[in-house]
This record gives sequence, structure tokens and C-alpha cells, in this order.
Amino acid sequence: MNDILDRLFSFENYGELLGLVQNSIMAAAILGIVGGLIGVFVMQRDMAFAVHGISELSFAGAAGALLIGANVVAGSLVGSLLAAVLIGVLGSRARDRNSIIGVLMPFGLGLGILFLALYPGRSANRFGLLTGQIISVDIAQLGVLIVISIVVLVALLVVWRPLSFDSLDPEVAAARGVPSRALSLGFMVLLGLTVAVSVQIIGSLLVLALLVTPAAAALRVSSSPVLVPVLSMAFGFVSAVGGILLAIGGSLPISPYITTISFAIYLACRLLGWRRTAARRIQA
Amino acid sequence: MDDRERLRHHRGAAMTAVLEIAGGALAFGDRTLWSGLDLAIQPGEFVAVLGPNGSGKTSLLKAILGQQPLTSGSVRLAGAPVRRGDRRVGYIPQQKLLPAGTPMRGRDLVTFGVNGHRFGLPVSRAVDRQRVDGLLEDVGATGFASRPVGTLSGGEQQRLRVGQALAGDPVLLLCDEPLLSLDLAHQRGVSELIDRRRRTHDTAVVFVTHDVNPVLDVVDRILYLAGGGFRTGTPDEVLRSDVLTELYGTPVDVLRVHGRVIVAGVPDGHEHHDHDHEVHE
Repeated sequence: MNDILDRLFSFENYGELLGLVQNSIMAAAILGIVGGLIGVFVMQRDMAFAVHGISELSFAGAAGALLIGANVVAGSLVGSLLAAVLIGVLGSRARDRNSIIGVLMPFGLGLGILFLALYPGRSANRFGLLTGQIISVDIAQLGVLIVISIVVLVALLVVWRPLSFDSLDPEVAAARGVPSRALSLGFMVLLGLTVAVSVQIIGSLLVLALLVTPAAAALRVSSSPVLVPVLSMAFGFVSAVGGILLAIGGSLPISPYITTISFAIYLACRLLGWRRTAARRIQA
Repeated sequence: MDDRERLRHHRGAAMTAVLEIAGGALAFGDRTLWSGLDLAIQPGEFVAVLGPNGSGKTSLLKAILGQQPLTSGSVRLAGAPVRRGDRRVGYIPQQKLLPAGTPMRGRDLVTFGVNGHRFGLPVSRAVDRQRVDGLLEDVGATGFASRPVGTLSGGEQQRLRVGQALAGDPVLLLCDEPLLSLDLAHQRGVSELIDRRRRTHDTAVVFVTHDVNPVLDVVDRILYLAGGGFRTGTPDEVLRSDVLTELYGTPVDVLRVHGRVIVAGVPDGHEHHDHDHEVHE
């Protein structure tokens, strides 16, 4: 038992390690914030499944890049942008969208597995794409991830109002002059970018933990248009950074720490939300 | 429509019509929804669009919104061809209940009408906030404006949608079944809001509905679409057994019971067929 605990949480030479992973922490922090923010729209536009679909194609792209010796982040970007645009163009209706994602996802995952099987390098790298490898991402690539995240963050703020309008009521928004179609596609591109970054940090299988769980948790405890995104960003930040801080001492992958924190926050919010409605019911 | 009436409409159209449809036709494939549609709507006029499912009511609204090109003919708003996203048109959609978890308060729905189309940092200006306060007051929604929209009743949500549609100070209000699934009190409340607006601001109203009764007292004219054709005129001119029998091409009875109009004998096929066309873009 103690043995397992030691492997789970170890804080030897903590300060030194912290210095080494500074950049990773920064990337995770920004991704946590961006993921929390975009998650609010993912929830409102009912796109959790799309996030998962995009991440599998992103994985295929990254694996392909690994195989041919290209830049993994670039491969991952190509895969996820391709998937995002495909889903955006072909699946403007929810039902079409789900079937397209259902078709794309196993294809992407299969392709990725094939590329990894062909790849002669170390096996740790292989699983990294599926389950996260932030510590092994080099500094130049971390810089790219951070820049992409900041671009997404700024773009989201600029389109915030029309995108919220379009998410709530696309028909009325279109009648009011909101360029619905362009906005939906633009959103898919931003989502694709965010997913590509997430794949590098927590792995394609676990992307939802940063792009959906924080927003889902925030929506459990608030319906304020200001508080929901703020809480969601805070939850994403705490999950991503907290996960790394807990994990760096040990030799285990980081992702389970991130997903567990994110899930714990969700559980707590659900409980809180449930107690609130119960209290309201008693009052009424 | 006889020649004299058509002439009168055309003359009126030349001067002041808010909305003018001339020789309008809409067909999907080989199915013609309507053709030869001439309609000029004056400021402050309340026109109800009736007809069975699939008769092209919603498509007509989409044409007026500039989202559905006509097969032939033209649609003009205040003299110029309609275009997408014209802020002079207010649009009230079918009532569909917003889900409980929606992260919006009542007033946010109205705020979208004021600045929802604007890009830029999502911070509302003071002048916008004042405008929203005024609109909320106008539609009697101040009392529930700060509650989450998901907790509001269908009638309350629909009041907010009216406020949202009025935000651009429209010259034309398009309403697509705005009373659907509201109870009687809310039906009356919402239709009174719309009626008051056109009386105080001379806003023309095009009101699509499957049931004319909730607005029968305020309707000036009816456009009845059915069987690939149409009839226009006052309720008394159109809602008659002989007129609708001719339009449907099959015996239809229009009954007046306690001031309510009941159209009986509309063939089943008219209610259901080609429903897809209604949602076709």
C-alpha cells in the first residue's frame, strides 16, 4: 500500500524538478484556461462527441508525423484541423454530425495505431500520444503550443457575443445578421486548434477531461453568463496545473492526475448543484 | 383578389409599402408551393399567414428574411430587395423551450437583440444596457429579467423574444408561430404585445400561425396558402367555406363557433405531405 502511495505522490527534489518542468506547467496552465473557455461553447453547441472525434484524427496526424519523422505538433494540427473542418462542413445538423464523427473516429484511431505499429522508435513515445506526454515535449514545441492557445483565447473573446447568440438560437441569430455558417466553421477551427494542443498535453484519449469536464462542472453550479466561463476556466487551470504539480515527483504519467482532479471537481459541483436545487425545493 | 383590389394594393405599394412581394413563386423540384403571389403590406398592418403544413409558410418567412431565394418574382423591403440580416426586420421564432442549464439570464436574451451580432470584447456598453432595460420594461419582463432563462416559463421566454425582436426598432415584425404551445393567458399576452407595437410604432406584422383564433381580433388581412395557390383578404373574405373549398379543391367547411373559426374537412394529405419543405433552407 505504502509502496503504491510512494509511487503516486513523491516530492523528493521537488524544487529542482519544478524548475525543469516550468515550461510544461505554463503550457498546461494556458491550455487549462482555454479548454475551460471553449468548453462552455462545446457544451452549449452539444459538441462533446465532436471533440472526441477530432482528437482521434489529431492522434492519427501526430502518429503519422512521428513515423515520417516530421514535427509531431504539426501532424497533430493537420489531423485535427482536417477533422474539425470536415465535421463542420458535413455535419451542420446534429444527427448528421454524430454519424460523421462515428465514422471518422475509428478510422482515425485505426490509422494512428497503424502508424505507431510501423514506427521503430521507443514505445514510450507511442503511448504518449494517446495518454499524454507533456514532459517529453521539447521547449520549442511548448512555445508553439502556448502561442496557439493564446491565439484561440483571443479569437474566442472576439467572437464571444455572436457565437453565444448563434449557439443559443441559430435561426434568430442568422436573421439578425450573424454570419452563422462562417462562425460555426470558425468555431470548429478554434476547436481543432485547442484539441491539437490538448493531445500533446494529456493525450488524445483524455482530451475531454480539459475540454468538456470543467465546463460541465461549472454549468452544474451556475447559469450566469459571466460566472460559468470564469469557473470553467478556473477548473481547467486547477486540473491541468494541479495534475502536473502532483505528478512530477513520481514516475507515472501525468494524465491520470489531471483527469482525476477534473473529475473530482465535477463531482463536487454536481453535489453542490444537487444540494442547491434540493434546498430550493424545500423553500418552495 | 379581384383587379380593383390588386390595383389598390399596387398603388399603395408604390407609395408606402413596408413589404412588397411581386409575382412571387417558390418551387422545390417540380412541386410549386405558391406562385403569382402579389402582396403589399402597409406600415402598421397585421397580416396573418395561414395554411396547412407544407404549404410554404415558413419558406415565405425565409424568403422575406433573405434566406430563401424565390423561384421567380421579387421581395422588397421599403423599396429595396431584401437581404440577409437586415436589422429593420424583427424575427420572433417558434417557441422552443430553452434547456434548464442554459447559462443565460432573461435579460441576456434581449441583449442579443441589441448587440448579439457585434464582434469584439463581450462587454456591453452603458447605452446598450439602458436600451435593454427599456425593452424589458416594454414587454413586461423586468420582473424576471435576472432569472436564468432555463427556469422561465414558455410565455416568459416568448415575451423576452418579443423584446429581442424589437431591439432593432423594426419596421417589419416576422412571427413564426410565436404562440405555439403557450397557454391561453400567455397567448393573449404575447399577441397583445405584438398588436400594441404595430399600433404605437406603425410596425407591419407578418404572423404565421396554424390557428388564427388567438389573433382573430387584431388581424387586418389574411394570406391563406394551400394546394399550390393562395387567397388574400380580410378574415371575412377568406375564412369562408366557398373560398377555401375552391383553394383546396375539395369540400372544406368553415364554422364559426362562439366567435372562433374552425376549418373542418381539410384533407389529411395537406396536413402532412412534404413536411420537409417547411424546414428546407
